Amino acid sequence: MSGTRDALWRALQEVKDPEIPTVSLVDLGMIHRLQVAGDRVTVEILPTFVGCPALEIIRRDVRERLLRVDGVADVSVKFVYHPPWTTERITEEGRKQLASFGIAPPRDPGNHPLDIVPPCPYCGAEGGEIHNLFGPTACRSIFYCRRCRQPFEGMKPV
Amino acid sequence: MRVVSATEAKNIDGYREALTELLFQLADDELIVGHRDSEWLGLAPDIEEDVAFSSIAQDEVGHAVYYFERLHELGEDDADRLAFDRRADQRRHAVVLERPNGDWAYTIARHFFYDVFDQIRLEALSDSGYVPLAQGVAKIRREEHYHLLHMRLWFTRLGSAGGEAEARMRRAIRDLWPDIGGLFSLGDVERPLVEFGIIPFGAAELQRRWERQVRPAFEEAKLPWPGSPVVPATDGRKGKHTSDLDRLLDSMTEVFRMDPAARW
Repeated sequence: MSGTRDALWRALQEVKDPEIPTVSLVDLGMIHRLQVAGDRVTVEILPTFVGCPALEIIRRDVRERLLRVDGVADVSVKFVYHPPWTTERITEEGRKQLASFGIAPPRDPGNHPLDIVPPCPYCGAEGGEIHNLFGPTACRSIFYCRRCRQPFEGMKPV
Repeated sequence: MRVVSATEAKNIDGYREALTELLFQLADDELIVGHRDSEWLGLAPDIEEDVAFSSIAQDEVGHAVYYFERLHELGEDDADRLAFDRRADQRRHAVVLERPNGDWAYTIARHFFYDVFDQIRLEALSDSGYVPLAQGVAKIRREEHYHLLHMRLWFTRLGSAGGEAEARMRRAIRDLWPDIGGLFSLGDVERPLVEFGIIPFGAAELQRRWERQVRPAFEEAKLPWPGSPVVPATDGRKGKHTSDLDRLLDSMTEVFRMDPAARW
């Protein structure tokens, strides 16, 4: 079965976040558990945000991709909330891919809860400003780089 | 008492009933405040607030769905029907949340007061003996953190700005105060909720903690503290609501009533 498990993980690497098409669900740290029983596969996924509207698309994409793996006849996708997804689950590779898409990877908050501005993904400058805690998706904020003088998106630390 | 699943909850005398009431309070608070948030879409004072309120609305409604799913596990209807197909007297949110948005000051003050309350309630429920609730709450708290930061900033800025902003904030607080105590009520099930350990403490402690967090914000905003709020006679936790809810439901359930099976 270990051959199948490797093939399944490789297949999951190809399933990207519908809203961040350069980053896989694996690198976002969203795959909690993969269980194989004969030709049936169960995947437990941790949503990044409880109200994420992309969940049904993710369910469909995971199912479709895993059903193309040899020896898989049935795929069940479950969303679970324990452990909670946190931004610390994003892999090093995931952080690089986020930055290449123009989204600054999250950094640990400082002493003040609003001290969350990450380095600019374009020029690397620190010390930017919060433009809006909320952004185009639940998991992102909008920041402003004082050096490039342009806004950029970043992931909220949660 | 530690209860790990809906199946177990259903087998303990009185447990399911108390838990169901609390889950409706949580779900309905989030659904109704989320719906009011969504009404700002395209109308907020600037584009950034349009983005913020849309995002917050999406979070709140998502949290409501989480609680509705827990209710479904306990034998209630599915999430769509619970959201759109219940009468006003079956809803358990606090009346303050069904009031129309009013002006920006009213919206901000209400959201700030609610978000402080919600954080305190979530903090309490992270110790809930009902494990599926405690687990979801751990996740939801991390998201609500940002709502509260945002609203607190607005609250203190508008209050301390003087002029029209301050006048509107004073009026908003005056209008909110008779309703705001309704947040703390746990309805008819406070005793069993505490006895079963579904929530570690009751309404009085929720309110005490709320005041301890809200009063410093009044000072920072240079706004006078209006005194401890009391639970209003129209207690939403007991299914009592106002005609404001009838109008909200008319609008919120319009599509569902046209075609309950619609997919979109």
